[in-house]
Amino acid sequence: MGFNWILISPEIAVLATGFILLILDLFIGKSRGFLLTAVSFIGIMVALWLNYQNYSIMGVGFQGIVINDPIGFYFKIIFCMGTLLTVFISSTYVSREMKGMGEYYVLIFIATFGMMVMASSADLITIFLGLEVMSIPLYVLAGIHRGRLRGREAAMKYFLLGAFASGFLLYGIALIFGAYGSTNLVEISQRFLFSSGFSGILTGAGMVFLLVGFGFKIAAAPFHMWVPDVYEGATAPVTAFMSAGPKAAAFAVLFRLFSVFQPVISDNFTTILWILAVITMLWGNLLALSQKNIKRMLAYSSIAHAGYVLIALTVGGRDGISAGLFYLLIYTIVNIGAFSIIIFFSGKNEKYENISDYAGFGYKYPFAAIAMTVFMLALAGFPATAGFAGKYKIFVAAINSGFIWLAIIGIFNSLVSVWYYIGVVVSMYMKQPRDESPTVILSMTLMVAVLVAFIGTVYLGLFPDDWIALSDWAGSHYSWASIVGSLVR
Amino acid sequence: MPGLTHYLILAAALFALGMFGLLTRRNAVGVLMSIELMFNAVNINFVAFSRFLTPEALTGQIFAVFIITIAAAEAAVGLAIVMLIYRNFRGIEVDKINFMKW
Repeated sequence: MGFNWILISPEIAVLATGFILLILDLFIGKSRGFLLTAVSFIGIMVALWLNYQNYSIMGVGFQGIVINDPIGFYFKIIFCMGTLLTVFISSTYVSREMKGMGEYYVLIFIATFGMMVMASSADLITIFLGLEVMSIPLYVLAGIHRGRLRGREAAMKYFLLGAFASGFLLYGIALIFGAYGSTNLVEISQRFLFSSGFSGILTGAGMVFLLVGFGFKIAAAPFHMWVPDVYEGATAPVTAFMSAGPKAAAFAVLFRLFSVFQPVISDNFTTILWILAVITMLWGNLLALSQKNIKRMLAYSSIAHAGYVLIALTVGGRDGISAGLFYLLIYTIVNIGAFSIIIFFSGKNEKYENISDYAGFGYKYPFAAIAMTVFMLALAGFPATAGFAGKYKIFVAAINSGFIWLAIIGIFNSLVSVWYYIGVVVSMYMKQPRDESPTVILSMTLMVAVLVAFIGTVYLGLFPDDWIALSDWAGSHYSWASIVGSLVR
Repeated sequence: MPGLTHYLILAAALFALGMFGLLTRRNAVGVLMSIELMFNAVNINFVAFSRFLTPEALTGQIFAVFIITIAAAEAAVGLAIVMLIYRNFRGIEVDKINFMKW
């Protein structure tokens, strides 16, 4: 049983790209920012290609701490898409606002490496290490802009609450370790047969602590206090990155843990998740209604979207997990698309962040406004956009598994959310423009990112079949017992 | 001779103390110290479980070493952020850092 390096080749590619960028940044001038973007692009493409090569290999490597399964495969596609779009929307922004800091890309890549480790680990130690490798660069990224005081505040708040959440997470891991005497998920699942009442209590308590810890990362409702401030304070490209990948990574671990511990946790957990999903959706949507700052509005909307994915987690099993995977993919593309338009509209130093500032932009920047309209409609879940396909799949999964009320509350929430998403469109097309017009800076890479996200949104809305089939295939491999049985070590 | 339960109670008490400190301290450095207290409570848990439940395997103790390492990395980043806050806000009272509503 040697070290099977092939299993973690996408992770290695991402980490290596990060280090190459770190060294490259020393030797090139600050004006050659496009070189960093190009290297980042190549690195992500290599990682995606290596991930595609691993498509058919399922296995556990490195003495059982790394697992390569369809769910991890799917999540790595989501992370690579998120990072790819983030690199493109950041390129001009970094050279314009941050004097071309190379560290920015390095931190993005190390955070992505952490997410991929989280999605593909089969051991609680590696899950924790992946989480910290993801979180620590994000704390730095939140406050990376030199001239932005609110960014400093965001970094502080994010750091304090993130470390608080890590403490809870670790306590939960310690209790689960106490219940089974191992941190390896494969070994733990083999010890379920011999578990006693004592280990049952410890597992239950441990899972509650883990849920609190990851609840902070996915921005579920009682643990969401940091989200609006951090999303508003951090610069727009960083917010776009933060709202997509890390949330998906925390969900990857939650999906994995709940399918591993399915046999031993009590049914009360379904009730806990049910309540958590409902509170998260309601709280996010209701507070988003009154927001004036668009980044703050999208922060509350991201809380609401975490609530929709929590429905998928509550449903669980094949249907729930495939719906959750598909939704997270769509959310990543659409949300980063919306943020790319925000970067475009907000002008120098992100001066124009209020929804009312966008008055009259529908006629001034017709193409960008159309793209923004499509992203907003997709986030609201309008038919013929990607958001509809994702929400439809989640609600159908909920109804088929007997969670009728959860589906009804979810549909009601999507209806409420239409109000504030449409508010942006109304402001762009139907309000009188202000006298002082913001100077908008055109950028090639930003346009590419908008185009990719736009095509993705429309394509996944009209022809979602291929990707639904892929997520069903990934979701059908949720059962931990069958994976462990069929593994080649 | 103290048993496993004694260590678990000590760890739970330390964890609760850390949480209490984190919620009530105004000074950012005090908050950082409370976080360290929570991490070390978890370390006690791991080492106690390792000693009493799996005396032949070292997983729990290795996990404690990992936690110490990560806590150091977090403290480094955290103190850097506190430094920046001090420069910009002329103070490190967490309740005074409120440009945005909390």
